[in-house]
Amino acid sequence: MSVGIVMLVHTALNRAEEVIRHWVAGGCPVVVHVDAAVDRRTYGAFAKALSDLPTVRMSPRYRCEWGTWGIVAATQSASELMLANFPDVRHVYLASGSCMPLRPVCELRQYLNARPNTDFIESATTADVPWTVGGLSEERFTLRFPFSWKRRRRLFDSYVDLQRRVGFKRKIPARLVPHMGSQWWCLTRRTLSAILQDPDRAVHDRYFRKVWIPDESYFQTLSRLYSQHIESRSLTLSKFDFQGKPHIFYDDHLQLLRRSDCFVARKIWPHADRLYQTFLNEDAALMTGSEPNPGKIDRIFAKAVERRTRGRPGLYMQSRFPNENWENGVTSASYSVLEGFTELFTDFEPWLARQTGARVHGHLFAADRVEFEGRQPSFNGALSDSPALRDYNALAFLTNLIWNTRGEHQCFQFGPSDTQDISWNMSKDPNALINVISGAWAVPLFQSNRNFADLRTEAALLQKIESEHLGALRSPYAKARIRIWTLAEFVESPMESLQAIVDEIGAKAARRLTEAPHMSDLTGFGQFLQNLKNQGMHPHLMGDFPVGAAPKNAPPSQRKPYLVK
Amino acid sequence: MGVTHFLMVDNNSDDGGREFLAAQPDVSLWTTQASYKRARFGVDWLNWLQMKHGNGHWCLVVDPDELLVYPFCDTRPLRALTDWLDASSIKSFGAMLLDMYPKGRIDQIPYRRDEDPLAIASWFDSGNYTISKNKKLGNLWIQGGPRARMFFPDRPERAPALNKIPLVKWDNGYTYVSSTHMLLPRGLNLVYDEWGGEKASGVLLHTKFLDTFTIKAQEELSRKQHYANSHEYKAYAAGLVDNPDLWCKWSEKYINWRQLEILGLMSKGNWA
Repeated sequence: MSVGIVMLVHTALNRAEEVIRHWVAGGCPVVVHVDAAVDRRTYGAFAKALSDLPTVRMSPRYRCEWGTWGIVAATQSASELMLANFPDVRHVYLASGSCMPLRPVCELRQYLNARPNTDFIESATTADVPWTVGGLSEERFTLRFPFSWKRRRRLFDSYVDLQRRVGFKRKIPARLVPHMGSQWWCLTRRTLSAILQDPDRAVHDRYFRKVWIPDESYFQTLSRLYSQHIESRSLTLSKFDFQGKPHIFYDDHLQLLRRSDCFVARKIWPHADRLYQTFLNEDAALMTGSEPNPGKIDRIFAKAVERRTRGRPGLYMQSRFPNENWENGVTSASYSVLEGFTELFTDFEPWLARQTGARVHGHLFAADRVEFEGRQPSFNGALSDSPALRDYNALAFLTNLIWNTRGEHQCFQFGPSDTQDISWNMSKDPNALINVISGAWAVPLFQSNRNFADLRTEAALLQKIESEHLGALRSPYAKARIRIWTLAEFVESPMESLQAIVDEIGAKAARRLTEAPHMSDLTGFGQFLQNLKNQGMHPHLMGDFPVGAAPKNAPPSQRKPYLVK
Repeated sequence: MGVTHFLMVDNNSDDGGREFLAAQPDVSLWTTQASYKRARFGVDWLNWLQMKHGNGHWCLVVDPDELLVYPFCDTRPLRALTDWLDASSIKSFGAMLLDMYPKGRIDQIPYRRDEDPLAIASWFDSGNYTISKNKKLGNLWIQGGPRARMFFPDRPERAPALNKIPLVKWDNGYTYVSSTHMLLPRGLNLVYDEWGGEKASGVLLHTKFLDTFTIKAQEELSRKQHYANSHEYKAYAAGLVDNPDLWCKWSEKYINWRQLEILGLMSKGNWA
């Protein structure tokens, strides 16, 4: 008993001929259907080239436009020809001209001989199928589609729309339950002949003629009526991308295809010389008897679709430039923004780096230069420390920095004296971990030795900027993880808050902090604030500091690092 | 690589290039003494040539110092790419300009004819590019790289554009607007995805920064044939007085297209 090949061909006829010869050499009769769109001369030459093969027949030609009835009609007549001419055939395998047998033909024959009553046809009810081009699944069977989807998309869409609004529904013939699946199947003579000789065939044909993409549903639905045993998968390895067009195999897929153990693969690029040479000449009977195992190929193509539809989060480049809110992650990884810490602690940056192992920068958005870690002139990805370049596109600067340092947690300082362009972007970025000690900018002012009138002006300005920034952080659009302490709150119990920050960064700190950063001496800070108030400015972001004395928890002895046990 | 025919414009060269090209069977050569500037920096020439000869063909427009890298270029010929683009109903393919430079002073290693320029200029900037959208024509405007970093640190808006769309299935209704940076009709400029996905794209390795560049910058300045009063070349000439080293600690050394794809400079899209 043998397997017969029904082959649909429309381009690359020379390659089709090679494959036909391969099938014939393996002992399989072949019935070839050539698309009616192929001109007569080319067809004649092709038919003549094959005329030396006694087990090859040419079937009547139909026009096979994608998604239309022609493909089914062609398959039907070619199958009839096959069943009538080759009584030995028990399984009929539907293939295309760009299909390539990957395993020796005898292996396929043995495999099918061992399963004489099994129909290999992918066939699932519409409700369970995710791949639906144009968003039509069940409606394929209940609407009419007189217009070509490929050539007259607008008419196609508006006609579908009209039918939906009017509530038009076609009646599905009795006994039929719509199923869909890959158009490449392998059916037994029993099932196939039962479908083709069905007394109701005229009814079925008339119905499916107006179904959309009938080649994915005609045999899939009807085989459910007659098959004794359906194995709902295709023996042909065929992966589709997100537009519903098949992925193409090239020479560099050779090893992948070999290891897949699939019998047939499509679609092969016609110029993939090495693939054709290898698979059409491999006559060594390998016979591992193994089941097809396309897992790895599946993963590669699934990844390709994912890349095309979702992309790499946080990447902005020449072929991925998402509209706002479609970024699938504004940045590529989480990062920490620390506000007011370097102002309050004298050695905060090295301390945080020691505690977390993360990369700790200074004020990246400082007005005069980009303060990269160690104040180096450039950073990962050759980012420059020029503030003009940074401010030219502050968001790109940030997203580039985070993208360039994938795998390493970035921390940087921020405050009201920095350029503020990035404020809203950070606030809306779920990857941002923002910790703010509000009002801490007053500490350096308090320590500086400048005219009080200048200090007062600057304090007013900084407070205004920070208020605006806090407004962004507290807005309903904020998606970052945000903690805000007033300066007064923070100095009450600094260790607890620092612990929370270090824990959030993760890394190596699974233990309690044993070392605190040096806090500036705040003796007299309350009086300083009072002086500002006396000058008519109202510093409110730092919380309530008692006049005259620093908070109780910051006695002079705190200037030495202390241990928490 | 799989290009079937070359159309070349020789604008008054004096290095023997014309004689070499004229002897090649698959090259059609045009020579001109006319002004590059008055031909709108060559755009008029290439639009005309494509209109006469490009209709219905995939046309790749590159300068002689640009080397095209596309996904799988080490295992698949250009024909595989254009067939795939055809099958996917894609009409234009983007490839940004990536400036390559040597380590050390630009004039340190002399470039000789027939040498692989990438053997000398093998370094590039991997992650300092900024993008904005041109609302009018819909193309992206990409700037950055070593030229922005070294020559325009204070005037980034003047840094040259790096976005390019060099590979187009040409139709006589199409036209390049400014170099190969953008085209009309606008749809051809949409070589990027706006909904989070990645389209397939390549890179043009730009091997301009060899020792020949210092001389060229001076020369171009005297010819005054470049865009926007040659302000770009003025900046180069000024910056090159002391032959700057474009290389920095964070420069990447070029390996292959897969490296560029991992770095996020180009993408396979859904080509697998």
